[in-house]
Amino acid sequence: MPAVSKGDGMRGLAVFISDIRNCKSKEAEIKRINKELANIRSKFKGDKALDGYSKKKYVCKLLFIFLLGHDIDFGHMEAVNLLSSNKYTEKQIGYLFISVLVNSNSELIRLINNAIKNDLSSRNPTFMCLALHCIANVGSREMAEAFAGEIPRILVAGDTMDSVKQSAALCLLRLYKTSPDLVLMGEWTSRVVHLLNDQHMGVVTAAISLITCLSQKNPDEFKTCVSLAVSRLSRIVSSASTDLQDYTYYFVPAPWLSCKLLRLLQCYPPPEDGAVKGRLVECLETILNKAQEPPKSKKVQHSNAKNAILFEAISLIIHYDSEPNLLVRACNQLGQFLQHRETNLRYLALESMCTLASSEFSHEAVKTHIETVINALKTERDVSVRQRAADLLYAMCDRSNAKQIVAEMLSYLETADYSIREEMVLKVAILAEKYAVDYSWYVDTILNLIRIAGDYVSEEVWYRVIQIVINRDDVQGYAAKTVFEALQAPACHENMVKVGGYILGEFGNLIAGDPRSSPLVQFNLLHSKFHLCSVPTRALLLSAYIKFINLFPETKSTIQEVLRSDSQIRNSDVELQQRAVEYLKLSSIASTDVLATVLEEMPPFPERESSILAKLKKKKGPGAVSVNELEEGKREGGELNGGGERGGDSSAIAASNAVRDTNKYGKHCFKISISALQLKCWGSGWHWTQECMALLENVDPNPENFVCAGVIQTKAQQVGSLLRLEPNAQAQMYRLTVRSSKDTVSKRLCELLAEQF
Amino acid sequence: ALSVTVQPRCKIIRFILIQNRAGKTRLAKWYMQFDDDEKQKLIEEVHAVVTVRDAKHTNFVEFRNFKIIYRRYAGLYFCICVDVTDNNLAYLEAIHNFVEVLNEYFHNVCELDLVFNFYKVYTVVDEMFLAGEIRETSQTKVLKQLLMLQSLE
Repeated sequence: MPAVSKGDGMRGLAVFISDIRNCKSKEAEIKRINKELANIRSKFKGDKALDGYSKKKYVCKLLFIFLLGHDIDFGHMEAVNLLSSNKYTEKQIGYLFISVLVNSNSELIRLINNAIKNDLSSRNPTFMCLALHCIANVGSREMAEAFAGEIPRILVAGDTMDSVKQSAALCLLRLYKTSPDLVLMGEWTSRVVHLLNDQHMGVVTAAISLITCLSQKNPDEFKTCVSLAVSRLSRIVSSASTDLQDYTYYFVPAPWLSCKLLRLLQCYPPPEDGAVKGRLVECLETILNKAQEPPKSKKVQHSNAKNAILFEAISLIIHYDSEPNLLVRACNQLGQFLQHRETNLRYLALESMCTLASSEFSHEAVKTHIETVINALKTERDVSVRQRAADLLYAMCDRSNAKQIVAEMLSYLETADYSIREEMVLKVAILAEKYAVDYSWYVDTILNLIRIAGDYVSEEVWYRVIQIVINRDDVQGYAAKTVFEALQAPACHENMVKVGGYILGEFGNLIAGDPRSSPLVQFNLLHSKFHLCSVPTRALLLSAYIKFINLFPETKSTIQEVLRSDSQIRNSDVELQQRAVEYLKLSSIASTDVLATVLEEMPPFPERESSILAKLKKKKGPGAVSVNELEEGKREGGELNGGGERGGDSSAIAASNAVRDTNKYGKHCFKISISALQLKCWGSGWHWTQECMALLENVDPNPENFVCAGVIQTKAQQVGSLLRLEPNAQAQMYRLTVRSSKDTVSKRLCELLAEQF
Repeated sequence: ALSVTVQPRCKIIRFILIQNRAGKTRLAKWYMQFDDDEKQKLIEEVHAVVTVRDAKHTNFVEFRNFKIIYRRYAGLYFCICVDVTDNNLAYLEAIHNFVEVLNEYFHNVCELDLVFNFYKVYTVVDEMFLAGEIRETSQTKVLKQLLMLQSLE
């Protein structure tokens, strides 16, 4: 048993803990605990009033038992009694107990709050801190109601001790987060901001967390913190190693405070004041310079502390996205880290570069590291590092390197962890579509995806390849041929059968001339997979078969025989049975003309945003996908139709026709025009996905009107927008109102929409 | 014009855990509301996640929709659960800073010190972390305060 420190010995506790540790079995432990609980219960109920020391000891034992994992249903009252002791050690145990075993009994709450109140007004900093810590740890509504008014006062009072200020700041932060309505900052704002100038670095460290949170909710009220933060940061970064002694960690001055200051600055756009901005840029340059200097210590703590600041500074540089020089320097620094011997740094560099990739200033610089990143993808031993490499390849992908990157990602996919395959598949599908100049490459890529990771190829992906093949004449023959070849593989994924079935059903005629892919050969190939497939796939294949009958009359009798067989027309699945029966009938009674009309080639799909992007966003969660906006800016709407301008115009015309019939088709038409608008927005370098813009129901009291709300993402920020369309059937006119938080955005939206009508 | 503010992610330490290799918890400090079952589940999951990692891995693990920054000291794993956008290296060193304080305070700290003095470990934690944020980083100041408290009755 190790020596217990002097002062509050609590020998009884130490003995009890030893006893528990010496128990040979769970049963013995429970027995010993129950014995102790009985003992404590009797002591608490006993005639003699317990002295403070004993009470403390028993409450502490109860706490220990609770932390072992056993329920405790008494002792709260005794713990609360300890709060009113004037001995620190007793108070401490009392507060600890009630913070860990939070009880919602209202009488206890009243007593606790009373004790806290006394300690807060005691002018004893140790007791004040105990009380503040309790509020910060528990943070209940009742505590907020009782103390939310008092704590700001303590925080800014001139005679409050430094340590109390630190605790008060964070205590207030907790209350603000849990009960924001009760924490009114109004009159305290400037004094709280001023804490950034406090000479006690610990106070600044604590205050800055409070300020950061408050300024996120009330940016205008707290914006004076920006220049103070810059000054503070500047002083720290340029300080000699002998300043800030207590706060220097392994030769790095105030690393955590520096990080927090840089984090606070990320809540705001770049400073407008030239002097402040200049000072900040200088600061960032100094931080980047320091990264190049020889280290003052070989210890990993030194480099971690230094690099913590560096990475936060790079985050800020990326957030501003306005200093090309800094962005490029940041990129170069990260490039060096890509090959560092420490895995942590390689990981962080890959992660950070991912965000840099979407800035137009640093995009090219990031691309220069492609070989290193590809190498990381192949050789890193930690799967999370390989994943960051994959993310970075996705982010740095553009027209110039798409083929290379997609090839590398496909190859990685062959051995990738199952947990990341679905995301990888979505990403490859998105890149292949986005950067396809040659759509046969696109088709190959998707078919490869199915071959390599068929289980993870979701519906959105294979629907998309079909949509694209349907809409593009130039790739239909190639698709038919390729899918035919892919189906030859003995073990072929079911998704391949789906895609193959559909495409051959539509375009099998394009390869039917070659005897190796004659109609009967195609049919037999598909049918050989039939019994291995699930019901939905079989249903799809049956449709393909009837299409074959239309395309290739010579196959009619063979296929009819299949349709006629018991396993089809008496199939236990209703859908399959119905299809078999109906297709059989159709093939028998319809004339060739009728058959040809019914089974006419699928018309092109209407323009709409790829659901793949939406699915990826949903998978990755907020703040994840940052699709390269450079390429989107250059992309023309309507590429889906295989002919730039014309495709785009026709959709716009269709949209405006549709809108003119608003009263007839209502919401649907407005949606179409929104989609067309969205393609145009892409042309302006904006990004606006279907899930960001929504048609709202029951908002406008007039049911004839349509209201939309959404968020438009420009390069620098997100701009909320509201739209209202008010049609007036009688006058054959409408009024379109657009509101957003930026004038320029409203104007542009109006211009774009006006072009639609 | 109306402004639509995009809600920033909640940046807060979710919890701090000290666990041994066998899975026994030596300290669990929670900064967000979890009920007892959730806490137990989290503890088990964290243990499962960190104990399979070795030197070739980073000190950061994605965990549910947060991340864990951790480091192993002898038989103990010190884990801090933070937001995915938080600064990994800053928290890695916050752990180390905390461990150095424990080491100094308990004179070459070992696991047993944390067991027998569990109620004091909370005091150390509250000096350095509060309300899910870093409170004090100066080892000198923290130790001075702890020694002062130690002398009180």
